[in-house]
Amino acid sequence: MLEATNLTKEFKVGSFGRGVFKAVNKASFKIDNKDIVSLIGESGSGKTTIGRMILKLTQISGGQIKYNGKDVSDIKNKNLKEYYRKVQGVFQDPFSTFNPIFKADRIFKMVKNEFYPALSNKEWEKKLDDSLKSVGLNPKEVLNKYPHQLSGGQLQRFLIARALLIDVELLIADEIISMLDASTRIDVLNLLAMLKEKGLSVLFITHDLSLGYYISNKAIILYRGVIVEMGPTDKVFFNPVHSYTQSLLDSVPRLDMKWDEIPKRKKTYTDIVSYIPGMSKRELKMTEIEENHFVAIE
Amino acid sequence: MSLEIKNLKVYYQTLRGQVKALDDISFKINDGDILGLAGESGCGKSTFSNSLILLKAPMKYIGGEVFLDGKKLPVENYEKMKEKRYKDISIIPQYALNAMNPTVKIGKYIHDVFAYKNFSYKGVDNELKRRLKIVGLDEGILNMYPIELSGGMKQRMVMVIATLMNPSLLIADEITSALDVSTQKAVSKMLVEFRDKKFVKSIIFVTHDVSVLYQIADKILIMYAGKFAEIGPAEKIIHNPRHVYTKLLVKAMPEVGIKFSDTPLTGIPGHPPLLIDPPEGCRFIDRCPEKMKECVKEPPVIKVGEDHYVACWKEVKKNA
Amino acid sequence: MKVKNEKEISNTKEILYFTFKNKKMIIGMCLFLFFLLLGVFGPYLTQYGPMDYAGPGYHPPSSEYWLGTTFFGQDVFSQLVHGLRSSFGVGLLGGTIATLIGLSVGFFAGYKGGVVDEILMMVTNVMMVIPTIALMIVFAAYLPYRGVTIQAVIIGCTAWPWTARAVRSQTFSLKQRNFVSLARITGVKTIKIISGEIAPNMLSYVFMVYILQFGGSILAAVTLDFIGLGPTMGISLGLMLENAVLWNAIQLGMWWWIIPPGLAITLIVGGLYFMNTGLDEIFNPKLREM
Repeated sequence: MLEATNLTKEFKVGSFGRGVFKAVNKASFKIDNKDIVSLIGESGSGKTTIGRMILKLTQISGGQIKYNGKDVSDIKNKNLKEYYRKVQGVFQDPFSTFNPIFKADRIFKMVKNEFYPALSNKEWEKKLDDSLKSVGLNPKEVLNKYPHQLSGGQLQRFLIARALLIDVELLIADEIISMLDASTRIDVLNLLAMLKEKGLSVLFITHDLSLGYYISNKAIILYRGVIVEMGPTDKVFFNPVHSYTQSLLDSVPRLDMKWDEIPKRKKTYTDIVSYIPGMSKRELKMTEIEENHFVAIE
Repeated sequence: MSLEIKNLKVYYQTLRGQVKALDDISFKINDGDILGLAGESGCGKSTFSNSLILLKAPMKYIGGEVFLDGKKLPVENYEKMKEKRYKDISIIPQYALNAMNPTVKIGKYIHDVFAYKNFSYKGVDNELKRRLKIVGLDEGILNMYPIELSGGMKQRMVMVIATLMNPSLLIADEITSALDVSTQKAVSKMLVEFRDKKFVKSIIFVTHDVSVLYQIADKILIMYAGKFAEIGPAEKIIHNPRHVYTKLLVKAMPEVGIKFSDTPLTGIPGHPPLLIDPPEGCRFIDRCPEKMKECVKEPPVIKVGEDHYVACWKEVKKNA
Repeated sequence: MKVKNEKEISNTKEILYFTFKNKKMIIGMCLFLFFLLLGVFGPYLTQYGPMDYAGPGYHPPSSEYWLGTTFFGQDVFSQLVHGLRSSFGVGLLGGTIATLIGLSVGFFAGYKGGVVDEILMMVTNVMMVIPTIALMIVFAAYLPYRGVTIQAVIIGCTAWPWTARAVRSQTFSLKQRNFVSLARITGVKTIKIISGEIAPNMLSYVFMVYILQFGGSILAAVTLDFIGLGPTMGISLGLMLENAVLWNAIQLGMWWWIIPPGLAITLIVGGLYFMNTGLDEIFNPKLREM
């Protein structure tokens, strides 16, 4: 469905832009139909930049993004709009995704104006009601309100409903529940998982490993702009090979075990383990160490 | 008896009326305890930690008492608290990463803080360097500007500064929320080490992330909508919670090893009440799946185990 | 912590509440309205035209000549009220032009960024260093006739750069907000994003900019008039001051010729600045006094 090859984003830094900072460095990955892929990384790892590049909100410095076989790296105007019919996004902070001075349902009017200008109001209202109900919202309760009158969870559902209105195939979900409260966030996550059953693919960007594990069937671990490990979620989480993945997993606060009780890992791939991307000039190669499980090795 | 809170009430004054952000909280913690304070946004946890050290407008002291080491803390008096702050009770604020003046070298900044507080800097110079070593920072850091430090380094630096006078009580307000998991682990463990080395007698660790509390806290206090819900040993709160809210909250937490396709979790429907006009009685009543007719009355705080107290009618009935 | 309240006082009502509670705003508005009304209705209260030789020259204020007469016997009150009209005219036209140019340049430079930003900012910086007076002298040399309108246009066309720079940086920060990203992935066109998403969020700021530009234009016009580059026909507050100084009003003790226009300018511009700082307090919750 979506295939990124050597995706790179460079920022100029330093005086007169002489230095180059690679926020994303030759990232290659695939998202297939009905996949939920979690893109896991800490702050500054480039995970949001990857999401924004796929959404065409940030220009690509190098590499290529293909969608259903077509190169979408440089599409504009009409083609771009067609692309947005298939690929949509939901962002981290629900309160800043809504223009604070307008009512929250304005985002739906925008969708109607841009994508369904010919639809009659009656048909549109029905479509909107269906879409709101499918994300677990009661249209009567949530329409006609200002963003601050709705909760963060409701606003994120609004945005998912908006994407569904456009018949989206791939949803880029960038930390969409990190600002929500513990008691309501899991329901938004469940919603995504249920939409997957109906055929939606999701790129789930997160820093929280347990959320990534809960929902995804594939996981990508990103460190300083480089993919260090990726594969089926269970393999990445229960047979982590890269030292960075291992240290992440050992740092996650768990409810069944304290940090001091975590058993030491066997260091099988010492030469890989010592490698930190960005510190070395050596080229990395993604190597398949078991079926579909890739690790960055020199 | 290190810290005792009795019926503390702090409201926010707004144009629309008083927001009952902290309504009648009472509990005790012992010397050497790390108390984890958890709850959703708007539950009053930040109001609570601020009211112990920096109670100012629009916050409004309504009533209650705070005792630290047996002595009453004048929390309602901003001026009188000045001599207690930093020396007896200290805070690592939520945005500690931006707390230091960016144009002043770190060593000079600490100097300035001491001069402002009229403390002698000379005596602590060696201690400062010793503690920097403990948290794994080089003393050369004193000649650097805050901008040259990474997030984790800044957080550790602020921790050292905040505890330099060996305060009785240290409040850590969401200090790990903005950090990456590996740094979060390091900072949390350091906090435990500070307690073990007796740099601080006790710590209140405020966070929305219960799983971090399970790792480091001795006791956990759960708040809901400005009210006390449950307090108990960390092990008990996580593995044998008694308040309906705590049960649901712990159940809603994903963990590595739990998958949607195998064991889907469920959240708590609804959202917390508006604190400007909260419901009578138990404030969780609107979302509680097990509510009873008693719940419209204020639930009493009852003891359900050693050091384990809960304010839920369900437990009252069970123990009656 | 966010306080959510169903019965929340709406934003507009809240702003109105603080508007009428803010002393600076009230004082500024009263001053401005007083002179505005004087400019609008004043000319109907006097039977003399501003340039008419109405009576004896060098006449102190009396029941017939409310503010006295000039050296040549023109009615000062009549000149003042007509001068107010032209001053407000310059403020309105010059302020509007400057605000509009400043906003357009600022919005596009800030939103588009990159090359567009660099070119627009270069033009802005060049305009910033060209003084209005120099431009006016050039125009004065070429134009046989200078009216209030052409003066206002020139002022408007030279006063916009600071607005453009300020609006650019505000746009730049608003552009990073998620609601702009959302509009972009909905396929909304650039111009619509600027007018529909970004501009409404800067409404209070734009309002304040306009007030400052209004006052600034009035002051600029007075300066030009005073050094003799004012309108060749008609009257303005600046021209009154120029004439008064030219004919030694101060030495002759003709205070009634020089104080009214001077005071009017000071109070109008002062009132506008009062309104500006007052608005800042109204729109910025941090500065509000509870």
